[in-house]
Amino acid sequence: MAADFNWAVGGEAGDGIDSTGKIFAQALSRSGRHVFTSKDFASRIRGGYTAYKVRTSVDKVQSVVDRLDVLIALTPRTIEENLEELHEGSVIIYDGERTTMQNVEIPEGMIGIDVPLKRLAEEAGGAIMRNVVALGAACEVAEFPIENLDSALEKRFGDKGQKLVDNNKEAARAGRSYVAEEYDAEFEYDLETTDEDYVLLNGDEAIGMGAIAAGCRFYSGYPITPATDVMTYLTGRLERYGGHVVQAEDELSAINMALGAARGGARAMTATSGPGIDLMTETFGLVATSETPLVICNVMRSGPSTGMPTKQEQGDLNHMLYGGHGEVPRFVLAPTTVDECFWKTVEAFNLAEKYQLPVYLTADLSMAVTEQTFSPDTFDMDAVEVDRGFVVDDASVDEHLSESGGFKPHELTEDGISPRAFPGTVDGAHMSTGLEHDEQGRRTEDTEMRVEQVDKRNRKVETATDREEWSPREFGDEDAENLVITWGSNEGALAEALDLLEEDGIGIRVLSVPYVFPRPDLSDAIEAAEETIVVECNETGQFANLIERDALVRVDRINKYDGVRFKADELAREIKATLETGTEATQ
Amino acid sequence: MSSDVRFTDFKSDKQPTWCPGCGDFGTMNGMMKALAETGNDPDNTFVVAGIGCSGKIGTYMHSYALHGVHGRALPVGTGVKMARPDIEVMVAGGDGDGYSIGAGHFVHAVRRNVDMTYVVMDNRIYGLTKGQASPTSREDFETATTPEGPKQPPVNPHALALASGATFIAQSFSSDALRHQEIIQEAVEHDGFGFVNVYSPCVTFNDVDTYDYFRDSLVDLAEEDHDPSDYDAAKDVILDSDKEYQGVIYRDEESVPYHEQHGVDEDMSDIPDGAPENATDLVREFY
Repeated sequence: MAADFNWAVGGEAGDGIDSTGKIFAQALSRSGRHVFTSKDFASRIRGGYTAYKVRTSVDKVQSVVDRLDVLIALTPRTIEENLEELHEGSVIIYDGERTTMQNVEIPEGMIGIDVPLKRLAEEAGGAIMRNVVALGAACEVAEFPIENLDSALEKRFGDKGQKLVDNNKEAARAGRSYVAEEYDAEFEYDLETTDEDYVLLNGDEAIGMGAIAAGCRFYSGYPITPATDVMTYLTGRLERYGGHVVQAEDELSAINMALGAARGGARAMTATSGPGIDLMTETFGLVATSETPLVICNVMRSGPSTGMPTKQEQGDLNHMLYGGHGEVPRFVLAPTTVDECFWKTVEAFNLAEKYQLPVYLTADLSMAVTEQTFSPDTFDMDAVEVDRGFVVDDASVDEHLSESGGFKPHELTEDGISPRAFPGTVDGAHMSTGLEHDEQGRRTEDTEMRVEQVDKRNRKVETATDREEWSPREFGDEDAENLVITWGSNEGALAEALDLLEEDGIGIRVLSVPYVFPRPDLSDAIEAAEETIVVECNETGQFANLIERDALVRVDRINKYDGVRFKADELAREIKATLETGTEATQ
Repeated sequence: MSSDVRFTDFKSDKQPTWCPGCGDFGTMNGMMKALAETGNDPDNTFVVAGIGCSGKIGTYMHSYALHGVHGRALPVGTGVKMARPDIEVMVAGGDGDGYSIGAGHFVHAVRRNVDMTYVVMDNRIYGLTKGQASPTSREDFETATTPEGPKQPPVNPHALALASGATFIAQSFSSDALRHQEIIQEAVEHDGFGFVNVYSPCVTFNDVDTYDYFRDSLVDLAEEDHDPSDYDAAKDVILDSDKEYQGVIYRDEESVPYHEQHGVDEDMSDIPDGAPENATDLVREFY
């Protein structure tokens, strides 16, 4: 990973960390370099430690690593927090004139670059631009052409006028010149550019984009970290495509509004995180029993209760699989990469409508806030298909009327899928309810009909399981005797960990599973393997438990629940250790 | 929408299981008549209800309908209306459903001014759970769960609505069939959130707020010198705890419903195959 470059800016929340990082990430992606970003943030508006990290390479990057080459430290704590990742030769850019940074000690072996960020920014037009001065300094260190920052600065500040853009460009150049003049050193980095054309987006944005592509017309949600970006993205954009976003008064309202819109015939979605899923669970049962197509996006964070709202975890799997009273079928899709967030969202809408049930679409915090570069054709809009399932119109409604003339939205069919009639369809008027009902949706406590309706709803799962598409993604060495299974955002770190393990002569076969329910049968793969390890970000091994139950075997587990995502090199070490000792959960 | 729709077309083939003499019969009849009278038919109407005796109404009416969960009918109605501005939406709730568990949603549906009609069947008691105090029960109303009365003042739904920015506030009495129907009709015709609290007596568990009580005490605002467009006059009526009123209490003639404020006029059920025509713009935004 010699071509790799790892960069971070850190300080207090409110220091403009996010926008500084984003400008640099965009400048890199616009220069044809791959980018993978990650954020450390606390649950507060101002103060506290926050950082934005950028890993970049001309090759694809899909994980974070235990390494930091250049750090812009706006506070002493920024250095402390990153000590483990800093190495001999790492460059630390700081403003020695800043009161808090005056007595800062640069750790031995590292290169401290003292740049009067604030003073230079003021000379360029305003102290607020000190981070951009730092960016300019970083460009000099990394031999990244300063001109490549310009378009990112224009994108960021263009709306606020050319003067501001020009001032920022000047500020960046002031930082670069200062380093060039005062630190006449040859650094070991050289960020070459390419002609590649990349887009840079995170998982939440990919989900929002997928929703619009799939024809989602109605979104209702309540702000919650880390799902809010889905709503932020859709607000204003969904309207451009004939839809509407409502910020509801709470999650209960959000899911009920989405349910109403879906009953109206619109493709509808809501997104939330764990605590919101708890609140939505009441209505979830109604959605399922009334056989309403609905996409419920759960961007997982650390639980339980309020847990660690800004930290990574994959702890809601059991809730999504089993949450709610009684028994109702639901699908659970869990994209494993940022680009897959787009495609699985499209698929979630199609599955929801085809099978007329709620679909949980789940991302985790790491994937939701991680920005990654992709070729634009990764999101090929021409490849988007819309399958609305079994919908009747004025002409075909007659085939699904009862003897007394009532429409049958819960008609008992072989595949379990009944006709749908949108409001306005002549003779299609019908009742939907959370009560057990007959074919016409009318309340019943008839024992036979109860069993028939429960069976009908469950038949949809059998019908769906026959699809071939529920297969996992496989990579690594297909003949290896060691099998690693994972779900969610761990795929990227795992993919890179494989390369590291290969250097040690360890071959691994990997199955990354984006379908949690219905899910592929992995029994054969597990049986064929000498050793199977399930990697996931939770303590109890929720996915591992499922796999064990399916295959009736015990598997090894690597569980991480400290709130931080897996790093590629860390995961490689863990896998190696697990293979050597066959240990239980580590932490 | 056909012109020869009769209110009986809104009746389903299910016989109501409400107690004989229940006020809800009259409430529902008025709703069906108002819908027919305003030119609607079952296929362009969506009725949403929550839980409780009032929640059963969707079963007894014939239209597109959803019988939802407790207290959350208003958000469902909002979703239906946003997706389908072409559909007439009527939401039914009870005093427990609407003012207790659903009070939060009530405030926000009112202030959004979604174009739908909200009928609360208010009998001042929990009926289906067999006689407990409701948010509109009198302070000294003795029930199994409040042997000495709730000892807290009842919710004033009209005051709550007015404070939340309501554009249409009314009250009717299910037994006064003609007036009840007229008032619901005005709510349906109102461009925005038409809120009607309906006195709908419970003959089984409430021996205080009875037909006789309302018949004797009701003051009809139509017969008083009341101007519904006068905000201060409406406020006085609403805060007058000595009298029981029926009629349109407040109407904002300038009301613009939520979907119009937000430029939503399309039928959102019409979704073409494939991504929207200009969807590639979405990708370029991330460049």
